[in-house]
Amino acid sequence: MSLTPEQVQRIALLARIELSEADLTPVRDKLNDIFAMIEQMQAVDTAGIAPMSHAQDLSLRLREDAVTEEDRHILYQSGAPRVENGLYLVPKVIE
Amino acid sequence: MLNASLAEMAAALQAKTISSVELTQLFLGRIQALNGRLNAFITLDVEKSIAQARAADARLASGQAAPLTGIPVAHKDIWLAKGWRTTCGSKMLENFVAPYDAHVIERFDAAGAVNLGKCNMDEFAMGSSNETSYFGPVRNPWNTDCVPGGSSGGSAASVASRMAPASTGTDTGGSIRQPAALCNVSGLKPTYGVVSRYGMIAFASSLDQGGPFAKSAQDLGLLLNVMAGFDSRDSTSLERPAEDYTRELKKPLQGLRIGLPKEYFGEGLSDDVRAVVETALRQYRDLGATTIDISLPNSGLSVPAYYVIAPAEASSNLSRFDGVRYGYRAPEYGDLNDMYCKTRAQGFGAEVKRRILVGTYVLSHGYYDAYYLKAQRIRRLIANDFAEAFKQCDVIMGPTAPTVAFKFGEKAADPVQMYLNDIYTIAANLAGLPAMSIPAGFGANGLPAGLHIVGDYFSEARMLNAAHQFQCATDWHLRQPEGI
Repeated sequence: MSLTPEQVQRIALLARIELSEADLTPVRDKLNDIFAMIEQMQAVDTAGIAPMSHAQDLSLRLREDAVTEEDRHILYQSGAPRVENGLYLVPKVIE
Repeated sequence: MLNASLAEMAAALQAKTISSVELTQLFLGRIQALNGRLNAFITLDVEKSIAQARAADARLASGQAAPLTGIPVAHKDIWLAKGWRTTCGSKMLENFVAPYDAHVIERFDAAGAVNLGKCNMDEFAMGSSNETSYFGPVRNPWNTDCVPGGSSGGSAASVASRMAPASTGTDTGGSIRQPAALCNVSGLKPTYGVVSRYGMIAFASSLDQGGPFAKSAQDLGLLLNVMAGFDSRDSTSLERPAEDYTRELKKPLQGLRIGLPKEYFGEGLSDDVRAVVETALRQYRDLGATTIDISLPNSGLSVPAYYVIAPAEASSNLSRFDGVRYGYRAPEYGDLNDMYCKTRAQGFGAEVKRRILVGTYVLSHGYYDAYYLKAQRIRRLIANDFAEAFKQCDVIMGPTAPTVAFKFGEKAADPVQMYLNDIYTIAANLAGLPAMSIPAGFGANGLPAGLHIVGDYFSEARMLNAAHQFQCATDWHLRQPEGI
C-alpha cells in the first residue's frame, strides 16, 4: 500500500493538522514506511477471532444520578487562550 | 542518604537523624548540580517541595507517619499536579498549570511524600528515546551521548543519577520498562486497571498504565502500595481489595517456573544483551527456579497491531488539543477550521503529528475493518498466547530491549526502527499484563541491560519477589554511572 499525496492531505484535514507542500513528501514517505510495517498484520488469519478492545472484560459502572461536580469554570478557564464573560472565544462561526 | 533504600530513608526520618526538609534539600541540590547535563526535569518548584517537606516533618513529629512520609518522589510530567506546570513534554502545554491533582498525586500527597519535580519525557509519551520532547532530550547518565530510553526517560535518569530516590512514569508500550533497562534502574508497569489514569494525560487509554521507578524491587513494592487503588473517576479502574505488594519479597524462589519464549531470543536481539540475560537466567536457576522453553507464536505481530491501536486511540484523545479550552493557540489564523489546523500544526511535534495521522487514517471510513478491527483481533491472539503460556509457567522472562542505549540521532530519522525498540515490551500492554524491568548486567560499551519479567494478571507481588531475590544475590542494581 502506498498513500497518494491527495490521501495524505485528506487525512491531515480530517486530523485538523495543517500540512505545508514542503512537508507533504517527507511526511508521506514516513507514513508509507509505517504502513508497510503495519501490513505484516495481513500475514495472520483472524477469521472468527473476536476483536479485543480492552484488557479486562469490564462493564461500565453505574452511579446515582446526582450532581457530583461543583462549578469550577473560573479555575478551568484560567488556562484558556481566550475567554470573555465565562465563554471561550473562537473565530465567528455563524454570520 | 543518596543511595539509601526507601525503607532506610523512612527509618532515618522516623529516628529524626534527618528531616524531610534536609532530605528534600539534599536531592534538590543534586538536581541543581546535575540537571544542566542530564535535562531530566522540566519543572522544579522549590517552594512547593519544601512546604510539603515541612508538613511531612510535622506529621513525622506527631507520630502519624506512613511508610513514605517525608520521602521526595519525582513525577513524570504527564501527571496533573495542582498548581504545577504540567507540559507532557509538548509545546502544546508549555504554559499549562494543572487545575487539579491526578489520583496518583493525591495518593502520594496523602502518604506524606514530597513532590520533588516534574520529569522530562517524550512528547505526549510518544517515543523510545526522549528525543521527541519539546524541552530537549534527557541524557543517559551512563553516557551522555546516548539516549535514556523513553518515554519516561527523565523519570529513569533521575533515579539512575540519584537526583531522586524514586519516581513515577507511565507505560503504554514499554515507556517505563525500556528506559529502566537503558538507565539501570527497576521499573514496574502494573496490571492494567490497578493504578488510576485519572489526571494522567491520555495517550492510548486501553494501554496506558502508571507505575513506579526505583533503585530496587523492594522500593517498587512500597511505591506501588501508594499508587495502586480503586478510583471511581477512572472508568477502567479495578475494584479490588488493597494488597501489600511487598508481602512476598522474602519467599525463596524454589519451584518458581520461568517461561522463556523462543520469540524473545531470536533474530534482532544483540549478542551482548543476550549474554546478559542468559547469565541472569543462570542466576535464577542457582536460586532454585526452573526455566521452561515456551512459545508466544503471535508476538511478532505485536508491533504492527500496536501501531494501529495506539495511534487510533491517540488520534481521538489528542483531538482535545484544539486551541480553545487550554494550551497553545496559533498567533495568527483565519476561520475556526484554520485556527484548529494551524494550532495543531504548530503545537505538536513531528512524531505526535505522525501518530495522529496514522490513527486518523486507520479509523477513517472504509479502512476501519482492515486496520483497526484486524489489529484488535490480533490483540486477542496475543492475549491468548499469554494465557496458554501461564498454564506452564509462573513468570515469563527475556530481554527488556534488543540493545543497550543507542546514540542520539541514530534512530530518530527512521520511525519504524525506533518502534522496534519496544518489540519485547508492547505485548504486555496489549494483553494488559503486569511487567517489569530490573538491572541485569552490562553489555556493549559498559552500558546497562535489563531483564524483562512478565507476570500473569495481578501477580505483581510474585514478580517483585522474583526480582527482589535476584537483587539479594546480585549487585547490578547498585551499580552507578561514573562521573555523575
